Amino acid sequence: MSMLVLEDVHTHYGKIEALHGVSVEVNKGEIVSLIGANGAGKTTLLMTICGNPRATSGRVILGGRDITRQATASTMRSGLAIVPEGRRIFSGLTVEENLHMGGFFNSKAEIRKSQDYVYELFPRLKERQYQRAGTMSGGEQQMLAIGRALMSKPQMILLDEPSLGLAPLVIRQIFEIVGHLRDEGITVFLVEQNAHQALNLADRGYVLETGRIRLHDTGANLLANPDVRNAYLGG
Amino acid sequence: MATHSLKHALFCAVVTLIIAYPILGLDLEARGTSVVLAGADTATVVSVLAAALVVFVFQLFRHRILGSLGTMPSLNPFANREPMPQDKRQRLETIALVVLVVAALIWPFFVSRGAVDLATLVLIYIMLALGLNVVVGLAGLLDLGYVAFYAVGAYTFALLHQYFGVSFWVALPVGAGLAATFGLLLGFPVLRLRGDYLAIVTLGFGEIIRILLNNMTWLTGGPNGIGGIPDPTVFGMEFGRRVKEEGNVSFHEIFDVAYSGSHKIIVLYLIALVLALFTALVIRRFTKMPVGRSWEALREDEIAARSLGLSRTAVKLSAFTIGAFFAGFAGTVFASKQGFISPESFVFLESAIILAIVVLGGMGSQLGVILAAVAVIILPELAREFSEYRMLIFGAAMVLMMVWRPQGLLPMRRIHIEINKQE
Repeated sequence: MSMLVLEDVHTHYGKIEALHGVSVEVNKGEIVSLIGANGAGKTTLLMTICGNPRATSGRVILGGRDITRQATASTMRSGLAIVPEGRRIFSGLTVEENLHMGGFFNSKAEIRKSQDYVYELFPRLKERQYQRAGTMSGGEQQMLAIGRALMSKPQMILLDEPSLGLAPLVIRQIFEIVGHLRDEGITVFLVEQNAHQALNLADRGYVLETGRIRLHDTGANLLANPDVRNAYLGG
Repeated sequence: MATHSLKHALFCAVVTLIIAYPILGLDLEARGTSVVLAGADTATVVSVLAAALVVFVFQLFRHRILGSLGTMPSLNPFANREPMPQDKRQRLETIALVVLVVAALIWPFFVSRGAVDLATLVLIYIMLALGLNVVVGLAGLLDLGYVAFYAVGAYTFALLHQYFGVSFWVALPVGAGLAATFGLLLGFPVLRLRGDYLAIVTLGFGEIIRILLNNMTWLTGGPNGIGGIPDPTVFGMEFGRRVKEEGNVSFHEIFDVAYSGSHKIIVLYLIALVLALFTALVIRRFTKMPVGRSWEALREDEIAARSLGLSRTAVKLSAFTIGAFFAGFAGTVFASKQGFISPESFVFLESAIILAIVVLGGMGSQLGVILAAVAVIILPELAREFSEYRMLIFGAAMVLMMVWRPQGLLPMRRIHIEINKQE
C-alpha cells in the first residue's frame, strides 16, 4: 500500500529545470531515505511534494489522492507534515507556543493530547516548555521542529536534513526518534546528506544525482553498493 | 589614535558650522522691493561658533565621555529587576488601564477647549496606530500607504453626507467597511511581496488614492476639499447653538443648561475615546485568537507558517483588512472633528508619522503604541515656544530614542497561552 507516489515529476525554477522526471514510491509504515550531494535537488523534491514550487509535469499522489495541483496550505492539512531544512522554528515564541502552532487546526483537547505525546517523546522539551525557542541549542531546536510537525498528528512526515549542523551524539538521538516514529506507524521520508546513518535506518533508499534518480534499492543493499560507498560514504 | 580622533573632531565641528551657519547666521531682509542677504547679529554668530566648539570638544573626548557614562549606574531603576510573574503583571496592567480610562473620562470637564481638541486628535492617532500595529507590528508587513485607508474613511463620510445627508453614526460603519474593502483589494496584488517591495507598492497605493481624490474634482471637489461635515449627534441631540438638521433637538435646550461651545468638543472627545477603546479591545481580542497567532507566525517565519498549513493569502489579507478597517474608523472621526477635509490631510507624511508611532511604541505592543501616540502628537505642541526649532527637537528626540531604545518605549511582551493547566 503506497502512501506517497511521485510519477515522472519535473520541476522548474523559472526556465531552469531542477528535477528531470523523478519517480519515487513510499509505502505505508516505511522509512525511505533520499540521499544525494549538494544541489542534487533533494530539497526541491520535498518542496515539490508540498506544492511550492509546483511540479510542471508528472503527478504527486498522497494516500491515493492526486495533490499535484493542490494549494500548499491544504496539502499540509491533509495528514502530511514537514520538518523544513534549517528547522525554522518560531524563535520568538516559547517552546509550548511553537507546539501549539503545529496543532493550529486541531481542537484544544487534541492539542493537549498531542502535546503530551511530544513531551513524552522529547522529555527535554518539557523541561524547557516556557523558554523562548530561539535560546535553545541546535539539537533541542531540531527536536522542537520534529515535535511541532507531529502536533498535527500526520500519517506521513517529511524530514529535510535533520542532522544538519548537529553533534554526532545528538544526531544519533534524532535518528533513534525517527526509527521510533516508524514503530508508531508514521511513514517517514527522510532527505539526508549524512548517507551512512540515513541508509542504516531506512527500509529503502533512493540516490538523487543532478535532478535524476540514479539508484534505488533497500537500505542495506545501497550501503553495500560500491558506487554508493565511493560517492557518498568516503570509500 | 590621537590624530585620528583629532581629525574626526575637526571634521564634525566643520560640518556643524556648515549646517548651522547658513540656517542661523544668515538672514534674508526685504528692503523696498528687493531682498538682501544680511548677516545675523553677533550673538547668533557667537553661539554658532560656541556650538561648533562644543561639538569639537565632545567628539575629541568622545570615548572617554561615553566610557564614563557607561560606568554610571543605570538610569532606569527597572533595568535589572526580575520580571514580574505573568498573572501579577496582567492584574497590574488591568488596574492601570481602568484608572487611565476613568481619568480620561473625567478630565475634559476641567481643562481648556484647546486641550480637549488636541486630546481628540491624539485619540484619532491612537486608533490609526493601533490599526497599523496589526499590519506592521503583528503581521510584519511594512505598509507605507496606510493613510490611504484613513482617507477612504474620511471621504466616505464627507461624500455620503454631501450627496445623501447621511449622519455620522451611519457613516462610521460604512466608512470603516469601505476602508476594509480597499485593504482587501490592496492585499491581493501584494500577496507575493515582502519587505522593501511591499513597502514601495503600498507607498504607491497611498499616493494613488491621494492623487485620485485631488483630481476627481467632479466628485470630491479636488483640492478645494469638502466642507460642512456635521458633528456627531447623540440620540438625535445636536450640540451647536442652533439645530442644523430637521428632526434633531439641541442639547442645551433639552437639559436647560446655558449653551457653551465646549459641549460639542467634549462630546466629540468622548465619542473618540469610546471608539479608541473599542479599537484597542477588539484588536487585543484578535491577538489572543488563532488569527492573531497566525499573524505572528507569518511574521516570524513565512516558510514555517506555510509548512504548518497556514494559508499565506488568508493570513495576510486578514491583517490588511482589519488594519484598514480601523483606519476607516479614525478617518470618519477625523472628518467629523475637522468639519472640512481635503487631500492635503492625507499626504505621505501622515503615513510616516503613524509608522513612527508604531515603531517608537514598540512593534506589536498596544500600551506602547498608545503611549507613543500621546508623545508624538503632544510633544510638538508642548514645544511650540521653540517655534521653528520644534520639528528639529522632535527629530532629535526620535533619533535619540532609536539609538538608546531601539525596541521601542514598551516592547511587546507576549502573554503565553496555557492550554495545559496541570494539577
